[in-house]
Amino acid sequence: MTLVLVGLSHRVAPVELRERVALAPDEAAALARELGEAVCLSTCNRTEVYLATDEPERDEARSVDALAASAGVPGAELRPSLYRLRDEAAALHLFRVAAGLDSMVPGEGEILGQVRSAYETGAAGSFLDRLFRQALHAGKRVRAQTAIGENPVSVPAAAAALAEQVFGDLAGCRVLLVGAGRTAELAARSLVSRGASIAFVANRSLERAAELTGRYGGEALSLERVRDELVCVDVVVSSTSAPGVVLRREDVALALRRRKGRPLFLIDIAVPRDLDPAIHDVDGCYLYDIDDLESVAAEGLASRRAHAERAEAIVAEEADEFRAWRASLDVVPAIASLRARAEEIRATELERARARLGRLSEADRLTVESLTAQIVNKLLHLPTVRMKEAAAGADGAVYANALRHLFDLRD
Amino acid sequence: MAEVLFWPALLAYGEAAVAYVGNAVRPGTAGRLATWGVRLGWLLQTALLTVQATRADGFPWDTWAGSLALFVWLVVTGYLIWGCRVRYRLLGLAVMPPVALLLVVSRLAGGTSLPARSDYSTAFLVLHVGLVLAAFAGFTLAAALSGLYLWQERRLKSRKPGTVLGRMPSLVGLETLSARTVVFALPALTTGIVAGLVRLRDSGGGLDALMAVTLLTWLVYAVFLLVRFEFGWRGRRAAYLLLAGFALVAVARLALPLTHFS
Repeated sequence: MTLVLVGLSHRVAPVELRERVALAPDEAAALARELGEAVCLSTCNRTEVYLATDEPERDEARSVDALAASAGVPGAELRPSLYRLRDEAAALHLFRVAAGLDSMVPGEGEILGQVRSAYETGAAGSFLDRLFRQALHAGKRVRAQTAIGENPVSVPAAAAALAEQVFGDLAGCRVLLVGAGRTAELAARSLVSRGASIAFVANRSLERAAELTGRYGGEALSLERVRDELVCVDVVVSSTSAPGVVLRREDVALALRRRKGRPLFLIDIAVPRDLDPAIHDVDGCYLYDIDDLESVAAEGLASRRAHAERAEAIVAEEADEFRAWRASLDVVPAIASLRARAEEIRATELERARARLGRLSEADRLTVESLTAQIVNKLLHLPTVRMKEAAAGADGAVYANALRHLFDLRD
Repeated sequence: MAEVLFWPALLAYGEAAVAYVGNAVRPGTAGRLATWGVRLGWLLQTALLTVQATRADGFPWDTWAGSLALFVWLVVTGYLIWGCRVRYRLLGLAVMPPVALLLVVSRLAGGTSLPARSDYSTAFLVLHVGLVLAAFAGFTLAAALSGLYLWQERRLKSRKPGTVLGRMPSLVGLETLSARTVVFALPALTTGIVAGLVRLRDSGGGLDALMAVTLLTWLVYAVFLLVRFEFGWRGRRAAYLLLAGFALVAVARLALPLTHFS
């Protein structure tokens, strides 16, 4: 059985090609079933087909043709952008993908769920079943044993992560968006995805504010009412294009007194800045501007890269384990044949001695049967163990062939 | 038997203290080892205290050394309720080294040997000593949480890249937990003090320095609860108040041998 991988990703193909080759989940599942024992992984950054086959050349060509046909791209145009990997290289690639090491942002967590979903909807037999279970295990280990996925790498994610440092779980946290531009929406999305709720959207144009509240909930406000609502929100995200300061230190200090000590987290992603920098000096107020957030995001990216080395080591361990299992498949039939052969000899010899054993009582006959079975098992135990050990190394196939030759075995 | 259990308990607490230092340098395996050290140490110390309770004629921790051992156990018990969570591991750095040290001090002062039968009734000692120590353990943990709060608050105020994010409890979480700990501890201290005052009235004794410090401690924590829940005192001011309360707890623990047992 050979493992074949055919695919393309953000590393080798431009987005124009990736989006044409990308498959919807049901299309990916249908393609996997069409190809035999196969799993098709398709995300915005990659489309890959994993196959377990006895005819690798033929099935690899079929996969390329199927991908080309589904994308509506001529095979000749698609082939230069495809990578094709076999066996250990293909397995290692999948483990790196599941661990987020092959992602555009190292350590991103979404890919593990996508690999799981591809595995569950694909047509995995025993071989791919083992491969994908091990890949998912590798991904989980990397997340549990390294901090590769912990630090944010974008400004909105950094804002949400900092809010969590102040409030912990963001469920129940109320957010006030000041400005209803694209940046504010991205920050809002990141906060909402972690459990926060949008309480108010304040904007010069109430129409645009209402558009956002329609999507994320909350109430649309005019900018003049922002100061009044500071009392009942936990997070303020400001991103207007106003030339001057929208909130002054005095406004926030006054609101803080009415908040009974509950902290206020403010994010200023506008340039020029909307929020008076002196707000940060107020006890219980935490103000981060765009430079602070970009520094946190850059630090997060650097941290992920630093953790990638340990993650690669974990992935290599998992790949080694899979290779050992894969190699053991070469010797299992030989071991099974040897045991069957020994059992056949034992049964034949017992049958031959039956006339003489006929005088024995039933209990004695059972003792003889048990004795012969024990002798066979003891004789075969050590060779079986040694064969399995050899299978984990590079000599598994050599040992299996030697066994077949010495005992005249046929799998 | 108590001797046999003391050394493994101390070893486990010591291991936890060292592992928490390791976890602060490089989070991960050291943190898990520390957590298991705390759990194992607590189990061993529980067995040690059980042996003492079984063999003693009455309440076995009415000496200064004995009460110190019980205080250590109560602190670790409180810490175990939530302290082993990954985000609270840093708190172990503040809790476990003093715990290991206090256990050694308790041993050196005879905390593992059995005291002579006390003049006081067992019920009174359980009520008075037990509850006051439980309250002090709670205040100790509240102080550790406040220390961690001030540290975390300073990090967030600094806005330095590379320091503002980490596996730390949130500010609101730390503040809420410390206040909640005091909510549970203060009634215990109140009951313990009332039991002591009733006994004092019956025996006709006078107020000593330790009693005065304990009453002052009660007053500080009562004021804390009042301003925290009535006037919304949170953040740095509340944390400093809890640390001031803990300073009185420390004085009470140190003053104990000079007044009650001299």
